[in-house]
Parts: sequence; C-alpha cells; structure tokens
Amino acid sequence: MKFNILRYDPDQDQKPYFKEYDIALEPSDRMLLDALIRIKSVDDTLALRRSCREGVCGSDAMNINGKNGLACVTKISDLKEPVVLKPLPGLPIIRDLIVDMTQFFKQYHSIKPFVINHDTPPETERLQSPTDRLELDGLYECILCACCSTACPSFWWNPDKFVGPAGLLAAYRFIADTRDQATNERLDNLEDPYRLFRCHTIMNCVDVCPKGLNPSLAIGKIKEMMVKRGV
Amino acid sequence: MVSITKTDKQPVGAHYGWREWLAQRVTAVIMALFAIIIFGFFVIKSEISYQDWKALFGSQLFRVLALLFLISVYYHAWIGVRDVLMDYIKPTAIRVTLQVMVILSLVSFTIWSIAILWAQ
Repeated sequence: MKFNILRYDPDQDQKPYFKEYDIALEPSDRMLLDALIRIKSVDDTLALRRSCREGVCGSDAMNINGKNGLACVTKISDLKEPVVLKPLPGLPIIRDLIVDMTQFFKQYHSIKPFVINHDTPPETERLQSPTDRLELDGLYECILCACCSTACPSFWWNPDKFVGPAGLLAAYRFIADTRDQATNERLDNLEDPYRLFRCHTIMNCVDVCPKGLNPSLAIGKIKEMMVKRGV
Repeated sequence: MVSITKTDKQPVGAHYGWREWLAQRVTAVIMALFAIIIFGFFVIKSEISYQDWKALFGSQLFRVLALLFLISVYYHAWIGVRDVLMDYIKPTAIRVTLQVMVILSLVSFTIWSIAILWAQ
C-alpha cells in the first residue's frame, strides 16, 4: 500500500517534505495505526504519537487524506491510495507527525476545566438526578485529540485568542453541569468577540470529531445562554 | 543556562459580542422579509413600468420599510466585515483604521440612502 507522509526534523531539514512509502501489509493490519507501525518497522526514523490504539487516548490525531482523524480508528480499507498523512494543521511541528499542542492546552486550561463548587464537600459524591446527568452526554466524551480545533479556520487565524471548539465544548460541559456554581463567571470569561464569537459555525469541528461530538451545538448553547442572560 | 523569554499577557473578556451576534441574525431576518415583499411586488406586477416603480416608492410606508432594509444591510455588513478584519488583520492600528473606514462608509451610505429615498 502506498503512503505519502510529511516528514520534518527541524534539526536536519530546511523545510518539511513528503516521503513515499510502499509497504506490504499483513492481513492483521486493519487500522491506519497498524500500517504506520508497519512503516516504522521499516523506517524507524518516522515519529508519531500513539498510545491506547483504540480511540480513547487521542494521541494519534493526524491529517489523513486531507481530513483530521485518529489513525487508530481509521480503517485502512476506507482509505484512497496514496494515503497522504500530515501532522495536524495549524500547530507547530515538533517532528514528522508530532505537533506542539501547547497552544491547544493553554486554551483548554483557560476555561477552567473542573467543577467549581464552594459548598462543603459531602461525605460521598455530589449526586445528580439522571435527567441532570443526561445534559452532559455528548460533552464529557471529548478526549482532547485536537482534531476539531486544528480543523477550525478561526483557530488557525487566532489560536492565541479564540478558545476553539474543543475548549468551548469543555466550557459548556461545566456550564451544563448542575454541580458547578460558576456559570456566571464562565459566561463572563467567554463573553468576548475573540474567545467565543470567532466561531462562525463553519462546523469543520463536527465533521472531523472522531468521537462524533458536536462542538457547534455546544457553542450555540453558550451563545443562547448569553443572549438569555443579557437581552 | 536558563533562558527567559518574553511573555505576552493575553487579556481576555472584552465583555461584548452577543449583541452583535444577535443583531446579525435579526438584520438577516429583516432583509429576508423585505426581499419577500419585493419579490411579491415583482410577481403581482409581471411588467413593471416607471410609473409602478414611482408609485411604490411614493408611499411613505414603503420608503420607511426600504430604509429599514438598507440600515439592516449596512449593520449586517458592518458586523460581517468587522469579523473578517478581526479574523485576518493582526496589527491593531491597521485593523482600527480599516474599521473606521468601513464605519464611515456605511454611515455615509445611510445618509445617502435617506437622500435617495426622500428625493423630490
């Protein structure tokens, strides 16, 4: 199977270049990650991140034939040859398919991704009714692979100011949480033409999310809450 | 050796945004409604003469509706162009200059629109 993989080692290369690979796959190689590990057995200089190999850790996010996705849950049989692999767009390349996610996590941390509750902690957990808990479905499943934010043009142009789809989905996850008491502070923090309103509902995030989540919907709900609060 | 790099503080929370976001949607609805009215006029009068057109704009109500439509266009355009400038133009001085130029143009268009609609 033919692959075109973007290679870049800042210590050696002037600029990134594509390297072609023609690899004989084994019948047990079903996912793109299997193929990449096969390539690595031939050319161990290829650098990539991977860990759980089942779409849970979010390490092996990359641009696959022009679309962001996780190599470990992308079926080889669905891919058109040559398979063009690039690192996630918009973030600095550390080496080959590995990008520097600092900016991405900085935005994620800026929304305070934890429950803020000033009450005395109870003896056991803070309980929720099943209906309240249902609100978190489609929000808590995010694995922070960065496929969405790095597919978002608004995040490409303003990664330092725009929180991005992953961060905003997480923000809404805590806004929607009945145990969280900082809803107003969270809305205040996001009420900004750059932090939230750079989202132009392009919906690339929804298109690429390997977990099938919908950041656009969550962002829409944050905007709706802001209008309800202010109008 | 410890290298200390320059840290850029990124203040956040300009505390505006949703009004513009809502206004863009409201103005879009106004433009759509006016477009339907105009389209209706074209359907009813299959052949439009100068007299028909003059009679339509002779009505005070229609002039007000047309002005509301045009103001919606300009306000909608302001938010849209402002967004484009915020997306792509990084240096603050250039962005502000361009934004002021857009505002001045749109305000001029508004005054000009009034002059045209109420011209004798």
